[in-house]
Amino acid sequence: MQPELIVFFVLGTVAVGSAIGMLLSRNAVYSALFLILNFATVAVFYLVLGAPFIAMVQVTVYAGAIMVLFLFVIMLLGAEHLERRTGADWQKPIAALLGVVLLVEAGYVLLSESVSLPGINVPAADYGAPVAIGELLFSEYLLPFEVTSVLLLAAMVGAIVITRRDAPRRKKR
Amino acid sequence: MNETLLLIIEWTIKGGLLAFGLATGFAYTTFYERKWAARLQIRIGPNRTGPGGWLQPAADGLKLFFKEEFTPANAYKFAFNLAPVLTMVPAIVIMAVIPWGTQIDFFGRIIPLGISNELNVGVLFLLSVASVSVYGIVLAGWSSNNKYAMLGGLRSTAQMISYELALGLSFIGPIMLAGSLNMAEIIRAQQQGVWYVVYLPLAAVVFYIAALAEVNRSPFDMPEAEQELTAGYHTEYSGMKFSLFFMGEYIKMIAVSAICATLFFGGFDGPFVNTYPLLGPLYLGIKIFISLGLMIWIRATMPRLRYDRLMAFGWKVMLPLSLFNVVWAAAVIVFFNVR
Amino acid sequence: MVTNLLTDYWPILVLLLVSLGFAGIAMGGGLLLGPRRSSARKQEAYESGMRAIGPGTRQMPVRFYLVAVLFILFDIEVIFFLPWAVVFRQYYENGLGAFILLEMLVFIVILLVGYAYAWKKGALEWE
Repeated sequence: MQPELIVFFVLGTVAVGSAIGMLLSRNAVYSALFLILNFATVAVFYLVLGAPFIAMVQVTVYAGAIMVLFLFVIMLLGAEHLERRTGADWQKPIAALLGVVLLVEAGYVLLSESVSLPGINVPAADYGAPVAIGELLFSEYLLPFEVTSVLLLAAMVGAIVITRRDAPRRKKR
Repeated sequence: MNETLLLIIEWTIKGGLLAFGLATGFAYTTFYERKWAARLQIRIGPNRTGPGGWLQPAADGLKLFFKEEFTPANAYKFAFNLAPVLTMVPAIVIMAVIPWGTQIDFFGRIIPLGISNELNVGVLFLLSVASVSVYGIVLAGWSSNNKYAMLGGLRSTAQMISYELALGLSFIGPIMLAGSLNMAEIIRAQQQGVWYVVYLPLAAVVFYIAALAEVNRSPFDMPEAEQELTAGYHTEYSGMKFSLFFMGEYIKMIAVSAICATLFFGGFDGPFVNTYPLLGPLYLGIKIFISLGLMIWIRATMPRLRYDRLMAFGWKVMLPLSLFNVVWAAAVIVFFNVR
Repeated sequence: MVTNLLTDYWPILVLLLVSLGFAGIAMGGGLLLGPRRSSARKQEAYESGMRAIGPGTRQMPVRFYLVAVLFILFDIEVIFFLPWAVVFRQYYENGLGAFILLEMLVFIVILLVGYAYAWKKGALEWE
């Protein structure tokens, strides 16, 4: 077997396993840990696909920053131990039904002759390199880049409004 | 296949050398710290174990192996055991992109000195490993199921993420000057010109301060605020698990010293390094030694910051300063036309 | 891409395994060599010698949440800085220095509005 294929199957197993582990853990912190493992695996997927920059960003932002926030929120709420029954039992059959629909849909797309996937263009070797990303980001994708900052601003203001109801009571010491 | 096997052997040997070197470095950094801090405080320091006390770290290490480890009954066992590993492993792995030298000719085989010198996202790798290294601490704090540990873990985590921003932003200057995220490339650019500390002195200072906070060193050593938090996130740890935290902390000191040397002080650069590549690791070692000495000096002289001031300093002083550094670096390129 | 992976990333994986082994040896050695004489007293949470009162983990202040959110936002900003820093010189030497500087300036100024707001609201202050 090709080394790429072996890497893919090992990673796939870990990714699916960690996702299932995340769903099944009773302790929310362990769920978060499984999710971190899952993000790390996805990062390695990016790496295998030849996108090291995105891979590292995945680790830095998702596994490194967003999951810290998740852990903080779990600890903030003291939600390490969720009740097994949350009074949402009616969701289960619907979830199962939707899951089956998704599977059938995916199977249809993959197996049917009518839906044919276009051949994948093999990108240039340095396609995912930082320089290439910089060049693309600051020319072709300039507008999304600038709009991102507005998005970040909105998130920042939102977080502050939620957590701080009024101006600080005390002046600086 | 044979070539692959040889490569794997080469990597394993280099990885083993690095891990062993860092472990020895850790042991002797503790000794260095005790001796040097003692000198600064007009004491003598450890001098009984072996000639001049030089066997003290070995004795300490051996002792820790024979200590009892106990786990609190209420602890979350798996996370409790995982946390020390999660603290120590990133500290070693982050060193993977630090070049020790150029390359040597080993019986006709070209061996690059370093684990992965030419990684094209090297600096980003540093950032991502640094951002992952908070988990050991937050997990240790939570899994101990102890109030001191919880508070200490949370505080250290909040501190680390706050200063990580200044740390990341002070990487930008060297990247702009070198035009690359590749660590080896950054060093080559410095070899052709001058060390970046000349152009970016403020960035070097900001980096150093942020790095001190990132590795929880004095004056930012909140987890060791004994008076208020006992021992912070490692209150409940003992024996080898405790020493893994300790090891992680000291290896991180070595790692940030190495990063500082690479980004601002030419890394392995020094006289004759291009003719004798084996001088590279020596020069890097000397630079790390000097930086560690400075850290110990700071610890021996500075009082600890109060936590609210520490956070305010990170957000209100370090962050604007490090943003200013980016502007500075742009100005350096424009006005000095640095290559 | 396998060639690139091989030379650049496999050594890191090997180093990761070596350091995991290192940690494993340390943990295992401690387990094997250290005494194990546990008792109920020893297993209690340490609280300066007093009996531990209440659970060890409890709800924590919302401030930590705010710090984490602000961290994510500025961390993304730092990430965006990286490709910008890599291509800055290239753009400058092609006479596009003002252009790329302006692009980043727009990005940063919008974020600095948020920073100023956070400062004004006292979100950067601890308590």
